[in-house]
Amino acid sequence: MKIHEYQGKEILREFGVPTPRGVACFSVDEAVAAAQKLGGKVWVVKAQIHAGGRGKGGGVKVAKSLDEVKLYASQILGMHLITHQTGPEGQVVRRLLIEEGAQIAKELYVGMVVDRVSQRVALLASSEGGMEIEEVAKHHPEKIHTVRIDPVTGLDAAEASRVARAIGVPDAANVEAVQILQGLYRAFVEKDAMLAEINPLVITADNHAIALDAKFNFDSNALYRHPEIVAMRDLDEEDPAEIEASKFDLAYIQLDGNIGCLVNGAGLAMATMDIIKLYGGSPANFLDVGGGANKEKVTEAFKLMLKNPNLKAILVNIFGGIMKCDVIAEGVVAAAREVSLKVPLVVRLEGTNVELGKKILAESGLPIISGNDMADAAQKVVAAAGGQK
Amino acid sequence: MSILINKDTKVITQGMTGKVGQFHTFHCKSYANGANCFVAGVNPKKAGEDFEGIPVYASVQDAKKATGATVSVIYVPPSGAAAAIDEAVEADLDLVICITEGIPVHDMVKTRYKMQGKKTILIGPNCPGLITPDEIKIGIMPGHIHKKGRIGVVSRSGTLTYEAVGQLSALGMGQSSCVGIGGDPINGLKHIDVMRLFNDDPETDAVIMVGEIGGSDEEECARWIKDNMKKPVVGFIAGVTAPPGKRMGHAGAIISGGQGGANEKLAVMEESGIYITRNPAEMGRTMQKILKG
Repeated sequence: MKIHEYQGKEILREFGVPTPRGVACFSVDEAVAAAQKLGGKVWVVKAQIHAGGRGKGGGVKVAKSLDEVKLYASQILGMHLITHQTGPEGQVVRRLLIEEGAQIAKELYVGMVVDRVSQRVALLASSEGGMEIEEVAKHHPEKIHTVRIDPVTGLDAAEASRVARAIGVPDAANVEAVQILQGLYRAFVEKDAMLAEINPLVITADNHAIALDAKFNFDSNALYRHPEIVAMRDLDEEDPAEIEASKFDLAYIQLDGNIGCLVNGAGLAMATMDIIKLYGGSPANFLDVGGGANKEKVTEAFKLMLKNPNLKAILVNIFGGIMKCDVIAEGVVAAAREVSLKVPLVVRLEGTNVELGKKILAESGLPIISGNDMADAAQKVVAAAGGQK
Repeated sequence: MSILINKDTKVITQGMTGKVGQFHTFHCKSYANGANCFVAGVNPKKAGEDFEGIPVYASVQDAKKATGATVSVIYVPPSGAAAAIDEAVEADLDLVICITEGIPVHDMVKTRYKMQGKKTILIGPNCPGLITPDEIKIGIMPGHIHKKGRIGVVSRSGTLTYEAVGQLSALGMGQSSCVGIGGDPINGLKHIDVMRLFNDDPETDAVIMVGEIGGSDEEECARWIKDNMKKPVVGFIAGVTAPPGKRMGHAGAIISGGQGGANEKLAVMEESGIYITRNPAEMGRTMQKILKG
């Protein structure tokens, strides 16, 4: 689960990481009032959306007067901010962060991830702040310093100090940088984050280290023990179809094709998308109904897929293990009736009680196309959706 | 022969008395030699009781002492599952299979740290378990689709493993053992570890390796295969069509920063001499062609 920059900074401050003073705003008037309250002569007006690359997309502006704050706030609020992470339609800006300006001498990068190989939390740090770490990794891998952190002792001060020096933190700001790195690590672990980035971590003209940006992504499996993080969720930033799906414990991701897929199991669901593509079609979604799907879940899954205006056909691909094929078949028939399905439906069943399941489909009187195996089903659904594109 | 488990394996079930644990314990006990294999359950509040004639003990240590079991399977809910693994590791079991899906990643980081220097092998979490057909099934896979034979199967996914097994069985190719290693980013055995076991198993002639997007385990395994594997390997990677940055159901299935993509994995696998197929319906037939030579 992602949060906004201003929320990320609230968490950082809680762990002793200094950030610029700032106020989250929902209107132009609030933005101007916030700038007045903050005082000073320079403010930064920052669009708050979950995607990165906001500056390049025109979502971050430096204002040198209250009039400029007003101007930029009115330009940015409500705009469709398009960045490399939002997709071509962009994301509507509904919140702003008004911050005091900072005198930047140096921009650095620090981040935390859970490293699969060492099975530890890894600190990544680089002298190349302000750009994406993936780009640095590609062109200047030698500029990334990695520390795999012992989960018992945590990030020790000597190690943090060494990393700070390695990425170019001046000695005058070393103590502050160590405090930031240790704070970031504690926030990362205590809040169950999967990713945390301060990009850039800046060194100011008067040699202070501060977090100019904050990005967090939290482990959704650990949210049950973090109501304070759940409270930060902003549903406006999430895909409405994915929110709806999560209510029914379905894993759903909308894609840009026209063939809906309803599958049990994440791996098989991906493989189903792949085989549709292989036979010249294009999947409209990833949808994993999980191991315990029943009639209600299958019906909700159909409703979700049918909300997609591009949908031309549906492929149901079930390998019944725990889930019995006859139960699924009954669910599919009931769902098709309830939503009065208008698009062609191809069903492939395999596994426990498969014959019974096929019989239920055949006797339903519904125009269901039966797929003998995965390849047959994929070819039939691609044809039903209007052939190869 | 088989890898990791056989008809003589004695198993403790942690979380046996919950709804999920009861359901799967019943089916595991009913499969092949299961009635002799599933010898104990663990629940501190229900010690002294039994389920389907399987006695319940207060701790893994007690269950091990009373039955001589060396393996455990875990169905404990996510919030307590990492602690359940810790308990099995402290009891010095040989093998722990954690079926539970949804364990917080940081819990697994701590658990894996505690496992350093211990003898216990972990499979999972978030996995279907493993099976040696006609001998023993430990986990949630449908037993009846399997057939005894000489092909090994290792996979990160559940139903996609069944797909591979179903294709093999339909073509008359049985399996020596099938291992689901799970879809989580922090887990126990990786593809490479299971591949080593299959390579050394005299009863395994060839292996199907099913991977998916995310991480670099498949690449690591492929490089090992290139230098060490004496048997043919068929490979498939799910997620060629997955968009970057999105978590595809499994916590581990995410392409991030241009890494972990299916095409990159397939390229490394092909270079390493693995017979790859891009068609998930062709895993069985690809194996058949190779074995017919």
